Amino acid sequence: MASSAVPADPLSGRGLSVARRVLLAALVLFAVVFPFVFTNPATTSIAMFTLLYVGASSAWNMFSGFTGYMALGNAVFYGSGAYAFANLALHLHLTGGAGVFALVPVAGVIAGLVALPVGWLALRTRRHTFVVITIAIFFIFQLLAYNLHGLTNGSSGMSLPIPPWDAQTYNTYFYLAALVVAVVAVTAAWLVRRSSFGLELLAIRDDEERALGLGVRTTKVKLATFVLTGFLTGMCGAVYAYYLGSIYPPFAFEAIFDVTIALMAFFGGLGTISGPVIGALILEPVQQYITLRFTAGGFSLIAFGVLFLLVIRFMPEGIVPSLAGLLRRWLRARAEAGASPQSSSSPPGAAVSAAGITGAVRP
Amino acid sequence: MGTELSKAVVDGVLTGGVYALMAAGLTLIFGVMEIINIAQGIFVVLAAYLSYVLQVHLGIDPFIGLLITMPLMFGVGVLIEWGFVRRLKEQNKSALSILVTFAVAIVIEGILTQLFSADLRIIKAWYVDKSLHVLGFYLPYIYLLGFVLAVVLLAALYLFLYRSRSGKSIRASVQNRTGAELIGININRVSAITFGIGAAVTAAGGMIFGATNSFNPNSGYDLISRLLVIVVLGGLGSIGGALVAAVAALVIEDVTAVLWSPIWASTMFFAVLVVVLLVRPNGLFGQTAVRAQ
Repeated sequence: MASSAVPADPLSGRGLSVARRVLLAALVLFAVVFPFVFTNPATTSIAMFTLLYVGASSAWNMFSGFTGYMALGNAVFYGSGAYAFANLALHLHLTGGAGVFALVPVAGVIAGLVALPVGWLALRTRRHTFVVITIAIFFIFQLLAYNLHGLTNGSSGMSLPIPPWDAQTYNTYFYLAALVVAVVAVTAAWLVRRSSFGLELLAIRDDEERALGLGVRTTKVKLATFVLTGFLTGMCGAVYAYYLGSIYPPFAFEAIFDVTIALMAFFGGLGTISGPVIGALILEPVQQYITLRFTAGGFSLIAFGVLFLLVIRFMPEGIVPSLAGLLRRWLRARAEAGASPQSSSSPPGAAVSAAGITGAVRP
Repeated sequence: MGTELSKAVVDGVLTGGVYALMAAGLTLIFGVMEIINIAQGIFVVLAAYLSYVLQVHLGIDPFIGLLITMPLMFGVGVLIEWGFVRRLKEQNKSALSILVTFAVAIVIEGILTQLFSADLRIIKAWYVDKSLHVLGFYLPYIYLLGFVLAVVLLAALYLFLYRSRSGKSIRASVQNRTGAELIGININRVSAITFGIGAAVTAAGGMIFGATNSFNPNSGYDLISRLLVIVVLGGLGSIGGALVAAVAALVIEDVTAVLWSPIWASTMFFAVLVVVLLVRPNGLFGQTAVRAQ
């Protein structure tokens, strides 16, 4: 079992330590005041996208990081959320405003409903085939977005209500909405991870047959998580669509999205709570910068690809597990070298949990 | 309607052969290394551009040009295996390899966009627009030649795998990687050769693709999605399965275009996968455990 690699598992301590609570509160406070301090629209736009990716990558990690099933078609839910939101706004004849954000969870639920048959079908297969099926289903949805004119208006795209906000505060609303979605996604991942449900997911990742033998209802557990992932990703897609103001099939269903959220989770630390958050916080601004810097031609693609390759080459385990390993080694070295009795009061495991890792380091 | 339908079937079989050629590399690489090479789609496009450049700038016929593009693509495959795939750690290798090959695909797409822009190109030769008239069918020469090429190359691949020493090493590695290593097979060498062959076979498929479809650097996405469907349908790792699946899927697509509407034809291509997976989760020819270890 993976959790055996971390002796003092965070699960044994029910809540968060005081230091972590303070740190977390400070972080959220910083995130809330951010758009009022940095008012440049270019900055808030990048920040909003970053938060959407924090949410989407955390949602991806909740299923794929915990169970070990690589899903490479989460853009299906992102796009479904976007189109559900656009359709709801259209048919309810809504005019732009902050109230429209109330539809975001509804769009999320619709994306979750989409995830139900998708997950049921894809989860009939194991590992490698599962990856390919999720990719194939992604392309089916992209094609459907072009073909189902009644729902998507095909390649002409759909317009969304335009909010009446002035340029200075425009991004702030979207930023705060994205922040709420991101916080919901991370909290959901955290709650899942520390529940027995989360342990069942990890058991599936480590040895599915054995988990099944030990009484984990593997299919049900996997499907439930898959649907939750769909719901959270769909909410991100809804905010995205509202922000863009119009939505087209290639933007709603984007292949690079599928890979980007996976890479962020890998970069930060697969199967950890803080991993996808850190991964998105670092990679998304870089991606946005690359896109803005090299608008035309193939340079932005080359830069993307090279960035991806560098991440995989030098950070295959992710930042959080790598740093946690370093910290653990450093503490052990210190404990061995110094005779200070206090150092024994912070065992390696506690240091690991302080670094934000939640017992997902593989042996 | 009757003639249209039988023409759709014939077209489906002919294009299916070419798709099988493109998918053979993908399924072979998976069979040996358990790696899903997402870059396979852009390999096809890269090969099409190579043939295009040879023909437009040097006046080399695309079929003769294969003598140059196939070794070139072999080199590209070996280089990518050596440069990126081999360097991955064993842990998480199959997941990371998907991301790596996707990243490689993005880089190649970027380079092609930089060199050729996003304009659509097509390979032209005298046999591209001419057709053979038999039994009331107009069969374009390029499709016929492409199908023959596909059959010849797949047969050659089969002979190589079943009759040569290197082929035996590859099959041994498919059956049992650890066992193959124990009896002295150099897995790194086999992996590099496999990646090279996978890319080289794709070079031929890419040339036919480029002569029968207009393409740009973005075409790789559509291709990889189709190729993935074909290899899953046929059972991951099975070359024969890929051939049957490619022909079946392409026939169904072409028939749908005639009976229903061309708009829904490509959706049908993917719908076949959904239906087959409902019945057989491991594909038509897939075994429950591809590799017993």
